[in-house]
Amino acid sequence: MAASESYPDELLYHSEHDWARIDGDEATLGVTWFAQDALGELVHYEAPDVGSAVSKDASYGEVESVKAVSDLISPLSGEVLEVNQTVVDAPETVNEDPYGDGWLIRIRMSSADEREQLLSAAEYRKVLEDA
Amino acid sequence: MKLIYEKSQAGRRGIGVPQPPDGLDVPELPAELRRKEPPRLPELAEPEVLRHFTQLSTRNFGIDTGFYPLGSCTMKYNPRINERLVGLPGFAQLHPLMEDEAAQGALELEWELEQILLAVTGLDAVSLQPAAGSQGELTGLMLFHAYFADRGEDEQRTNIVIPDTAHGTNPASVTMAGYKLTPVRTDARGNIDVDDLRTKVDEHTAGLMLTNPSTLGLFDENIEEIEGIFHGAGALMYYDGANLNAVCGISRPGDMGFDVVHINLHKTFSQPHGGGGPGGGPIAVRDVLEPFLPVPVVARDGDTFRLDYDRPKSIGKVRAFSGPFGVFVRSYAFMRSYGPGLKEMSEVAVLNANYMLARLKGTYDLPYERLCMHEFVLSARTLKREHGVSALDAAKRLMDYGFHPPTIYFPLVVPEALMIEPTESEAKETLDAFCDALLAIAREAAEEPETVRSAPHSRPVKRLDEVRAAKDVVVKYRFEDHPQQVEAQKGA
Amino acid sequence: MSYLSVTDADRDAMLAAIGVATVDELFQDIPAGMRFREELAVKPALTEAELQRHFEELAAKNVVDEVCFLGGGIYDHYVPAVVDAVLQRGELLTAYTPYQPEMSQGVLQAIFEYQTAICELTGMDVSNASGYDGTTVAADACFVAKHATGRTKVVVTEATNPQVRQVVKTYAPGFGLEVVEVPHEGGATDPDRIRAAAEDAAAVIFQQPNFFGVLEAAPDLAAAATDAGAMPVAHVDLISLGVLEAPGAYGCAMAIGEGQSAGNAMSYGGPHYGFLAARSDYVRRLPGRIVGETVDAAGERGYVLTLQTREQHIRREKATSNITTNQTLLALAGLVHLSLLGPQGLRELGETCLALAHHAKAELQRAGLELVFPERATFKEFAVRTGRNAREALADARKKGVYAGYPLGRDYPGLDDALLVAVTEKRTVEEIAQLVEALS
Repeated sequence: MAASESYPDELLYHSEHDWARIDGDEATLGVTWFAQDALGELVHYEAPDVGSAVSKDASYGEVESVKAVSDLISPLSGEVLEVNQTVVDAPETVNEDPYGDGWLIRIRMSSADEREQLLSAAEYRKVLEDA
Repeated sequence: MKLIYEKSQAGRRGIGVPQPPDGLDVPELPAELRRKEPPRLPELAEPEVLRHFTQLSTRNFGIDTGFYPLGSCTMKYNPRINERLVGLPGFAQLHPLMEDEAAQGALELEWELEQILLAVTGLDAVSLQPAAGSQGELTGLMLFHAYFADRGEDEQRTNIVIPDTAHGTNPASVTMAGYKLTPVRTDARGNIDVDDLRTKVDEHTAGLMLTNPSTLGLFDENIEEIEGIFHGAGALMYYDGANLNAVCGISRPGDMGFDVVHINLHKTFSQPHGGGGPGGGPIAVRDVLEPFLPVPVVARDGDTFRLDYDRPKSIGKVRAFSGPFGVFVRSYAFMRSYGPGLKEMSEVAVLNANYMLARLKGTYDLPYERLCMHEFVLSARTLKREHGVSALDAAKRLMDYGFHPPTIYFPLVVPEALMIEPTESEAKETLDAFCDALLAIAREAAEEPETVRSAPHSRPVKRLDEVRAAKDVVVKYRFEDHPQQVEAQKGA
Repeated sequence: MSYLSVTDADRDAMLAAIGVATVDELFQDIPAGMRFREELAVKPALTEAELQRHFEELAAKNVVDEVCFLGGGIYDHYVPAVVDAVLQRGELLTAYTPYQPEMSQGVLQAIFEYQTAICELTGMDVSNASGYDGTTVAADACFVAKHATGRTKVVVTEATNPQVRQVVKTYAPGFGLEVVEVPHEGGATDPDRIRAAAEDAAAVIFQQPNFFGVLEAAPDLAAAATDAGAMPVAHVDLISLGVLEAPGAYGCAMAIGEGQSAGNAMSYGGPHYGFLAARSDYVRRLPGRIVGETVDAAGERGYVLTLQTREQHIRREKATSNITTNQTLLALAGLVHLSLLGPQGLRELGETCLALAHHAKAELQRAGLELVFPERATFKEFAVRTGRNAREALADARKKGVYAGYPLGRDYPGLDDALLVAVTEKRTVEEIAQLVEALS
């Protein structure tokens, strides 16, 4: 049921195990394979409100499994345009497809330069190895 | 097994209730305050009620049933004489609002209990009021606020230092008390990392919360240095008494430098756990904190005892009355049955734990190469890596051997943790049988891992789906499912 | 007398396996300066028979043979024998918190049944497995309300139990909450005053029946709180809920209270249990344990602790509460008692209390004593003016074998002559006559 381990090259990563897919001045955010594997099957997604602000390195919500809670750390700053209702209704979607159907929020970036501070897939893999 | 609601049949009665005597009217209540729909409580005759709860009890496991080595829970024997004593009418029928003069026996008991707690902790004053260890923690932190406010330092001192091995109640209490959490690391010996600690304690520190021995079952070797750091910075030290069973009569928290201590009466002093409670979390404090204790305080004037409410600096009240009195009766009885032998109680607790550690450490991973105190932590990480069998699996398989599992996945610093606390009231044969079982499970992990991973096999239920319970939240009976309801719906 | 089984032979064998020569060596990590080398300064050990004698002597110094008209939150109700029988089952009495559900289906199912009973009685959607007592659940409710509304003030009626108010005020600074009290007028609370005070409040806590035994206009108080954007929280008596309306039916967000009336001996104030129930919106914010239904690997129904991510052992400093040990066994006693009563029995119990208390009021008035709040409807308690200092009246009544009530002057101004009198189903017409005689 859970996806197999992968870290797509076209995404950018944050050391707190979150990813970003940039598309113009918008970004889609989610959690990595490592994060969903560590938490186990997700049972709850506490999402931010559409229209609220998110800040780089700060928490914008939470996901929960039966045995753990994890803050969702935003890799970028911006305004929330959309929340993935599929994950709200079926949080286990994140375990099944963390980079596709399991996306969490879409934002309009407020500071596109921030993407320079994010990690490539190779750099993120190294963070995992070093841990 | 059916729920009591599923056994309910309209019209059945359990017990009778005295009726209003002849000629007495039941006054009519205002219409808007009157109950419209009767509550759907069970309707069963008394024999069925007793049978239901008896059957429920057979699906449960207590210390009376077998070995229960939960780390930091101190699952020791609950003496049956204590149940008889708490039921004496002079205790059971005593209303808490009676005048002190009518409750001298109760107050004397509370006083005597306090004296024993003072002897064990080496401190100066006690409040019996907190209802549990967590509440003792919160009360202790409130005392910190009051102490510093009295000295004009409360605004400045905002942080409490807690090690990463701490029980979750400690950080939760910090938040409830309006403090901020400063974590400190644990070193390779299982002690607080003193170098890390030095960088974290300053004039903004209100104090430390520590269990000693820690949740790793290890006595902090640097406790004297730690005491110097905190008191040197003008901060206070709080002792989480969850692990007091290791040191009664052997080392006193007051001598370790602690200013406030909570004692878990349901751990060290044998108040039965009752499936989750009740407990008792009295606190002992150094004299500088005495004025701030919750109100009332038990006072003695010669041969008489009273509740003293004249405490202008008190933080207030954390629980009704003087505390959970029935818990005091049992704990005091337990203490009086040991007398100074409480020391031997702790010695045997530590002996039993070290014996089990010696038998198991060759097979399971030992995170810290030291003697333990009353409990110890092993890791099942090798079992997980080599055979895919986790601490959870081992715990479930222990059930098939007739034991309650130890604590698992705590403390967080040890992966695949198994935290084992035998207590002093177990016979050597029991300890050996448990060790034999754990060793057998290690062999099963290598030879037939699926047996372990699909355990338990011999309990009233198989492994339960906790994910489903969290996603599809059902927290009370659905009355619309009752057979009589379903029939009624069909007829409608 | 100790409960140790270790023999010298056991000790020797264990020390050998460990690899140390003496038990003392096991404590080598304790710095010398912290080793306690004296004997503990406690009285000598007692055998079981000596223990029995000592405790009987202590119990004999407590007065329990005066007719009890004391209330004030703890009541002399009859506890059926089946309750005691269930509590003495060792599998329940000596079990731990049910973190290993396969070992604990008995306790877990019992808690699920208790949660159901509390929801039924209070008209709420979710109940926790119990809080410490009727005072701390009020503090819990404030914590829930603060996080649910973002507001930093709570309103409590002055007619709410004084110890409940005191505990709320003790917890409030740590929660960052301001507490405002709304005074009673003639023994009850004015909804307009509530509406005004609750404008920026997270919650309004009121007691029904209140501390004076008076029935508040509870639906109006709840509406006033809701109008002001605050959560209405009713502090209620389980035993009254066979005749009084459920808080959930008149717009409350939460229902809390002291459960002792159902199933627990008075026992000088504890242990008892606090109950806390809420509308489903608040389930993730609720403190304390919650049991949920699920299935096992074979598809059979079973019970587990659920939504544990709210609790301290997972969420730590962000937990909904620090509570771990609660009052499960006492709550179980409540469930057994309520199961024996059933809806009929609970209603009859409420009616008997109403009838006897009404009779006591009438008889006292007939003997020339005044009620403090004569026009107010009451449940099983009421306040009576003794015509002199209430403590003196109490002392004289005690000489006649009657503990006539609680002196209200301790907690309320202007009531130094008043006693709070509680009349439960255990009281008889003869005892009420004794009360009247003792006070007039």
